Amino acid sequence: MLDLTYTAPKPKIISGAKHDWELVIGMEVHAQVSSRAKLFSGASTAFGAEPNSNVAFVDAAMPGMLPVINEFCVEQAVRTGLGLKAQINLFSAFDRKNYFYPDLPQGYQISQLYHPIVGEGEVLVELGEGVARRVRIERIHLEQDAGKSIHDMDPNMSFVDLNRTGVALMEIVSRPDIRGPEEAAAYLAKLRQIMLYLGTCDGNMQNGNMRADVNVSVCLPGAYERFRETGDFGHLGTRCEIKNMNSMRFIQQAIEYEARRQIAIVEAGGKIDQETRLYDPDKGETRSMRSKEEAHDYRYFPDPDLLPVEIEQAWVDDIKARLPELPDEKKARFIKDFGLTDYDASVLTADVESAAYFEEVARGRDGKTAANWVINELFGRLKKEDHGIADAPVTPAQLGGIIDLIGRGDISGKIAKDLFEIVYTEGGDPAQIVEARGMRQVTDTGAIEAAVDQVIAENPAQVEKAKANPKLAGWFVGQVMKVTGGKANPAAVNQIVAAKLGL
Amino acid sequence: MSDLTKLTLAAARDALRKGDTTSVELTEACLKAIDAADLLNAFVHKTPDIAMERAKAADARLQAGDAPAMCGLPIGIKDLFCTKGVASQAASRILEGFRPEYESTVSQQLIDAGAVMLGKLNMDEFAMGSSNETSCYGNVINPWRVGADGAALTPGGSSGGSAAAVAADLCLAATGTDTGGSIRQPAAFTGITGIKPTYGRCSRWGIVAFASSLDQAGPMTRDVRDAAIMLQAMCGHDPKDSTSAELAVPDFEAALTGDIRGKTIGIPREYRMEGMPAEIEALWTRGREMLADAGAKITDISLPHTKYALPAYYVIAPAEASSNLARYDGVRYGHRAKLAQGDGITEMYEKTRAEGFGPEVRRRVMVGTYVLSAGFYDAYYNRARRVRALIKRDFDEVFAQGIDAILTPATPSAAFELGKEMSDPVEMYLNDVFTVTVNLAGLPGISVPAGLDAQGLPLGLQLIGRPWEEADLLNTAYALERAAGFVAKPAKWW
Repeated sequence: MLDLTYTAPKPKIISGAKHDWELVIGMEVHAQVSSRAKLFSGASTAFGAEPNSNVAFVDAAMPGMLPVINEFCVEQAVRTGLGLKAQINLFSAFDRKNYFYPDLPQGYQISQLYHPIVGEGEVLVELGEGVARRVRIERIHLEQDAGKSIHDMDPNMSFVDLNRTGVALMEIVSRPDIRGPEEAAAYLAKLRQIMLYLGTCDGNMQNGNMRADVNVSVCLPGAYERFRETGDFGHLGTRCEIKNMNSMRFIQQAIEYEARRQIAIVEAGGKIDQETRLYDPDKGETRSMRSKEEAHDYRYFPDPDLLPVEIEQAWVDDIKARLPELPDEKKARFIKDFGLTDYDASVLTADVESAAYFEEVARGRDGKTAANWVINELFGRLKKEDHGIADAPVTPAQLGGIIDLIGRGDISGKIAKDLFEIVYTEGGDPAQIVEARGMRQVTDTGAIEAAVDQVIAENPAQVEKAKANPKLAGWFVGQVMKVTGGKANPAAVNQIVAAKLGL
Repeated sequence: MSDLTKLTLAAARDALRKGDTTSVELTEACLKAIDAADLLNAFVHKTPDIAMERAKAADARLQAGDAPAMCGLPIGIKDLFCTKGVASQAASRILEGFRPEYESTVSQQLIDAGAVMLGKLNMDEFAMGSSNETSCYGNVINPWRVGADGAALTPGGSSGGSAAAVAADLCLAATGTDTGGSIRQPAAFTGITGIKPTYGRCSRWGIVAFASSLDQAGPMTRDVRDAAIMLQAMCGHDPKDSTSAELAVPDFEAALTGDIRGKTIGIPREYRMEGMPAEIEALWTRGREMLADAGAKITDISLPHTKYALPAYYVIAPAEASSNLARYDGVRYGHRAKLAQGDGITEMYEKTRAEGFGPEVRRRVMVGTYVLSAGFYDAYYNRARRVRALIKRDFDEVFAQGIDAILTPATPSAAFELGKEMSDPVEMYLNDVFTVTVNLAGLPGISVPAGLDAQGLPLGLQLIGRPWEEADLLNTAYALERAAGFVAKPAKWW
C-alpha cells in the first residue's frame, strides 16, 4: 500500500467582535445497522411498512417478554469497528437507559453505557489533496432505536408507530477532534462511505438511517492545543449538543449558527449553558430543547435480561479476514497501481460500485485513460440525468471496447465520444457499431493524400497564405477532416498536409 | 374414588394410568372445590371451560396410551404467568383487562406435559409482598387458622393464592414464582412444599417481570415427589430467555431415594437471628437431628455476609422493578386513567400509574428509582451488587468445602394475622430474611413442612442446594420429609 502522508487542516476561525475564535466539535453518529431483523427481536426492519406492522411482542414491551440478542447485529458492529481501525471489546454488556416516552414502549432503551462493543479507533477525513483530519473514535455501542410519535394526525391525540422500535443502531462517538463545519460534514461523509463499503449501514440519511448529534463549543486560539496536551476539558468552552441532524447541509449551517451564537454570548460577558438544542432549518437557528438541569436522569444499570456479550478473538479475526478493501486502501492502491491523480482516485473510490466499475474498465488497459473515460464521460453523462453508477446503461466491457478501438487507432477520440453516446443511448457492441456505421478512422495514407490534394487544388489562395504563415496549416487539416467525415486519422492528416504544403 | 382433590400429583397420575379415575373426574372435583372456596380468594380467574377441554383431551391421550408426564393433572397457575387468551394481571389494576396473545414458556411446557389449568391464582401485586395483601383482588386467606374461630391468617406471599389453593385441596399443585422467598415462605405458612430452582433453570419468558435477576418460577406441591414431577415439566432451556441455562435436566423423581448417607449438611450460624421464636429454633434443631439420623453429617458453617442480604435485596429488587414496571404507562394495554381537558402525556403517565399501582408497588418503584438515580447509584445499587457478589462467594466457599446442602428455617415465624404487618413495610420485609440470600446467590432452595407450632400452625424448614443440583436437593428434602412425617391438614371451615 502506498503510504499517503497528510497534513492537518487549519481549524476554522470565526472572527467575533473582540477576538478570533476556534470551533471544537464532537459527534455522536447514530447509524442503523444493516440487518433484516431487529436488535432483540425477529421483527423486520423494512422501511416504509404499514405502521405497527413490524412489531414483535418484545418490541411492544408486552408483559413478560424478553430480549434476545441478534448475533448478526453484533457481527455488524464488530465489522464497523474493524473498519474504523478500532479496538474490539471481547466483553461488552447491555445497560438500560430509563426514560418515559410513548414511542419507547419498555420505558427504557437497551444500550451499552459501561461496556461498549467497540473501543477506540480513528477515521481519516480528507479535506483536499494531502490534507486530512484524523478524527479519533471514542467508542461504538449498540442500542435500540425508538419508535415514532406522530402528533399531527389528530388535534387531540398522538399516534405511535413502533415499526422502528428496537431496530439496531450503532452509536459512533467521536472525540472532540473536528474543527469546523466542513470537517463535520466530511467526517460524516467518510463514516458513511466506510459503512457503505462494509455493508453495515445503508447510509440513507433521508430515512433517518444515519443521523448525528453534534456537540459544539468555541475557544480562543491555543486553548484546543492545551486541551489535547492535558486532556483537560477545562481548556475548552462549554458545549451545546445539537440533536438529531440528518442532513450534511443543515449540520454545517447549524454548527456555524451555534458557534456564532456562543461567541456573541461569551463576548458580551455571558455564560454558555450546557444544554441540548434543536436546529430549525427554516429559521436557520438553533434553539434550546432542554437545559442541563432539565436533563433526564437516565438511571443506567446493567440489563438483567441479557447476558454480557462475550466474543472470541478468533471470530473477530475471521471477520477481519473477510473485510472488504476499504476506501483509504483502495484509493492508495489506485494511485499506485493505475498512476491516478489523488483527485481521480478519490472520485473513483467514492463508492464501491464506481471503484469496481473502474477496475473492470482498467483491467488490461491504461489506467489513466480508463479513469478519464469513467469520470469525464460516464460520470458526466450519468450526472446529466441524475443517475448513479448502478443505473449506468454502459457496461464496463462496452466502455472498455470503446477505449480499445481508440487504442488500436480504429477511431479517433472525437469519434469515440460519438460512439459512447450511441452505446449509452442505444446499447450494442462498440466494434460492431463502428463497422456497421462506417465510423472507422481512415488511416489509408492514399485516401488521405487524395483528400489533401483535393483541398489544396480547390484553395490556391489559402495555399499561398499558408506558405507564408505555417499556422494556417490547421485550416487545411480541418477541411480534410470535413471532407473525410471526421474519420481521417488526425496525426496522418497533419503530417501529409505539412508535407504537401512544403512546411 | 373419594377425596380426589386431596391426591398428590404422583398418586393421581398413577390412578389415571391405572384407569381408577379420569382427568374429567379429577378436574370436576377441583372445579367444585374451587367454587366452594371463594371465601379463601385463592383463584382470581377461573377457567372451567379450558380445564374441561384439556381434561377431555388428557383422557383421550391416557386412553391412547400416549400420556405425557403430567397428563390430566389439574393445577392452578399464578396470575404472574401470561396465559394465552386468559386474564393475566399480576394482581394489578394496571393490567386491567389484559389478555395476552401468548403463553408463558413454563405454562406452555405444563400444557405440553398434559397438565390441566383450572384458573389463575391470587398473589401480591407484581409479586411484591409477603402476605398476599397487596393484590388488587384483595388478600387470600390461609386455610389454616388457630382453633375453630381463629383470626384470618395470611397465606404468605407473594404466591399466596397458589399456597392456599394447594393447602385447601382446590388443585393438586400450582405454579409459583420466587424473587425473594415468594414460593418458600407461603409454602411454609400453609404446610406445603415449594422449590425455587437455580436461577436460569426455568424460563422467565412470559412471566410478568418483577426483578429479572432474581425471579424464578417453581412448583408448589403437596410433597417433595410432586415437586420433582412438576419441576421436571416446568424447567429446561428456552432460547427466548437469554438467562435460561443450556443444561440438560436430570430425572428429578428418579433421584428420590431418600438415601442421604455421607451427605454433609451445613448449619449457618448467621441464620440464628436475635429474637427468633423458640419454636423456630426448636424446629431447626429437630431438622438437624432428623438429617443426622438419616445418615448425613451435620456441620456448623458460616455465611458471614448474611446480615447484609436483606438490605441488598431491598435495593436490587426495587431497582430492577422500577425499570421493569416502566412499561405500564397506559399507552398500549391495561389501565389508562381518564384524563381531564388539557392533560398531556405526563398527566397520562402520572394518573395512570397512580391509579394502576397499589401502595407497595409505588413504594418499590420509588425506592428503585431513587437507588438508581445519579449521585446515589454507587452508594446504593452498586454497593448492593458488591454485597450480592460477597453473598454468592460465601455460598461458593462452603460448597467448595464439601457442603452438599444447607439447612435453615424457612421463615422467622408461622403465618401471622392478616393486617398485622401491613402498616410497617420493614417488619414485612423481615419475612424474607432466610430466603433472599438464595435468590441473591441464584441457588436452588426448597421449603419442606416440618412440624406445627404450639398453636397448630405449620412451620417449614428450608434446604439450600448447590447450583444446578436440584436433584440432590430434592432427595435431601425427601429424606427430611420422610423423617418429619408431616401429614397435618387444615380443618375445612370455608
